[in-house]
Amino acid sequence: MREARLMQGNEACAEGAIAAGVDFFAGYPITPSTEIAEMMAKLLPKQGGKFVQMEDEIAAMGAILGASLAGSKVMDATSGPGFSLKQELIGYAVCAEIPCVLVDVQRVGPSTGQPTAPSQGDLMQVRWGTHGDHPMIALSPWSVRETYDATIMAVNYAERFRTPVILLMDEMVGHLRENVTLPEPGEIEIYPRRKPKKTRAEGYEPFEPDTDLVPNVADFGEGYHIHVTGLIHDDTGFPVGSAQVTESSIRRLHEKIMRASDEIVHTESYFMEDAEYAVVSFGGTARTAYEAVKNMREQGLSVGLLRLLTVWPFADKVIAELAEKVKGILVAELNYGQMVHEVRRAAGGKCAVELCGKYNMKSFEPVEIEAEIEKMVGDVEKGGRA
Amino acid sequence: MAELTRSYEKYFRQNRLPHLWCPGCGNGIAMKAIVQAIEKQGWTQDNTVIVSGIGCSSRASGYMDFDTLHTAHGRAIPFATGIKLARPELNVVVITGDGDCCAIGGNHFIHGCRRNVDLTVVLFNNAIYGMTGGQASPMTPLGGKATTTPYGSVDRPFDPCHLAKAAGATFVARSTAFHVQHMTDMIAQGMASRGFSFIETQVQCPTSYGRRNKMPSPAEMLKWLQQHAVLKPAWDRLDREKKKAYILDHKFPIGVLHQAKRPELDYDAAYDQVIERAQGVKA
Repeated sequence: MREARLMQGNEACAEGAIAAGVDFFAGYPITPSTEIAEMMAKLLPKQGGKFVQMEDEIAAMGAILGASLAGSKVMDATSGPGFSLKQELIGYAVCAEIPCVLVDVQRVGPSTGQPTAPSQGDLMQVRWGTHGDHPMIALSPWSVRETYDATIMAVNYAERFRTPVILLMDEMVGHLRENVTLPEPGEIEIYPRRKPKKTRAEGYEPFEPDTDLVPNVADFGEGYHIHVTGLIHDDTGFPVGSAQVTESSIRRLHEKIMRASDEIVHTESYFMEDAEYAVVSFGGTARTAYEAVKNMREQGLSVGLLRLLTVWPFADKVIAELAEKVKGILVAELNYGQMVHEVRRAAGGKCAVELCGKYNMKSFEPVEIEAEIEKMVGDVEKGGRA
Repeated sequence: MAELTRSYEKYFRQNRLPHLWCPGCGNGIAMKAIVQAIEKQGWTQDNTVIVSGIGCSSRASGYMDFDTLHTAHGRAIPFATGIKLARPELNVVVITGDGDCCAIGGNHFIHGCRRNVDLTVVLFNNAIYGMTGGQASPMTPLGGKATTTPYGSVDRPFDPCHLAKAAGATFVARSTAFHVQHMTDMIAQGMASRGFSFIETQVQCPTSYGRRNKMPSPAEMLKWLQQHAVLKPAWDRLDREKKKAYILDHKFPIGVLHQAKRPELDYDAAYDQVIERAQGVKA
């Protein structure tokens, strides 16, 4: 057993990345994510890995994609404005199927916004920020220790599905300090880089999907002479103008992730056994929601919390089941209302779904969420807002 | 003789040819010069990676039988930086165009030079956006006609070689599609030089540039290159007045324009020292 250490969320992210085998990090300073880059600059060369501070956020994203193609496990970290700049290359990584992890420690937006204040306003940008149809995997941890674990999980998913994975943090968890005990290296499961299963002579095609629909793309420098492009391409990797290839490749990019969504979607329930009402939340806000729900339970209200660690793909099934069970769902999120629309869609009108939003630079106080729970319960019991 | 045996053909993906460039385009000349320089250097198809951006120039990577990466517009140098730092034993060549390198990718170009990563960057400068049908680029001459400068360009072009030198590239050279052997030699010297090497190759675009600027035939454009390029030693012998007159006449020097006098540590070698220092420090 390792000793407990007082650690910041951003620090746990950097430590998790190293534990997951990340050996290349490119970044650009931006509040409130900067500590991740600083930690990586310190830790990576000790392991023989490399950190490079690039000239802007786009360049940082380009550098990690190049390093990933050359066989490295890679990560980059940023916040809102930088995350906006990276969108084109996130789509490149989706289309060219390049494993990478991008951390977005959210701050208040739009634009330069409030750089040091917490927010969860990038939830939809994470899903839809890059142009065109594409799937997305995003994890949003709620504690320092979970940040460590979720970073490892993100690196593993990136490698397994050959896709970008977003670690959607927020300033609350990024700058939170907690006492944590990290696992021993032997306890950590690592997904290795996928390798070609055929030689060139056997007709290897770098983008030929394996049985899990993910291709075993060779790393550069292994003698396979592969071609990688952001143009729609067939199994050979070369661009084709065909309608059929375009349709089948866009479908496969989605299906390789959606078919595994039951495995990828991680949620946690608290006080839910006999709950008549539920709060749905994620990231740092879920901590306050937990407090609020606990307080309401103590007052005798039958309410529970469903926390989404995986925010994308969305927990459709879990929400649909929840909506069958409860009379009302309150979505607590630190923004003007983003996840609430997804919860409404997934709930399919089976119960009331209300927003508890906030966007004034401050994180929630438990009483604020408690008040919204009471309001929802009152409305539903009156038959008002169902 | 490589030229007679056409031994360079093995560096092309024959099943991807013919290329998509217009008849008379100069890009093929520069692409061939690159593979001949690779052959001259003794680099292999397994230890060399070709990285390109977006545009006419950047389609070259798809025809070349190496590990090849056709990146996003302007971003070839950052991708190449990642590859080189992750696998320093690989030789990394960047193929880029004047829009790709000097407009959208301008910042990456500057910082690539500054960082001095061991890359060989070959700019195919045709003074126009060809792939999108002939819009003005940062290299379109003043007064030049393009679809977005129908009354002549008022945006001043800049000299990418001057920029590369000022930003810290350790090898800077220029050649043209008329000077085929010279171009190959410049690229080979760039490859041999450790650090950030930049070679500007001036290539003709008769379709999108020449037709709108009174040089509709490829031969005329090549002739213009022949008449305006001056070998560096001859350029250096010009007196002040003569040089001024040459510049006003759009003449320009070709050859090795800058080479760091003392070999500077390239980024990768410098980073090895970082690793040594970091590992010497107690955790």
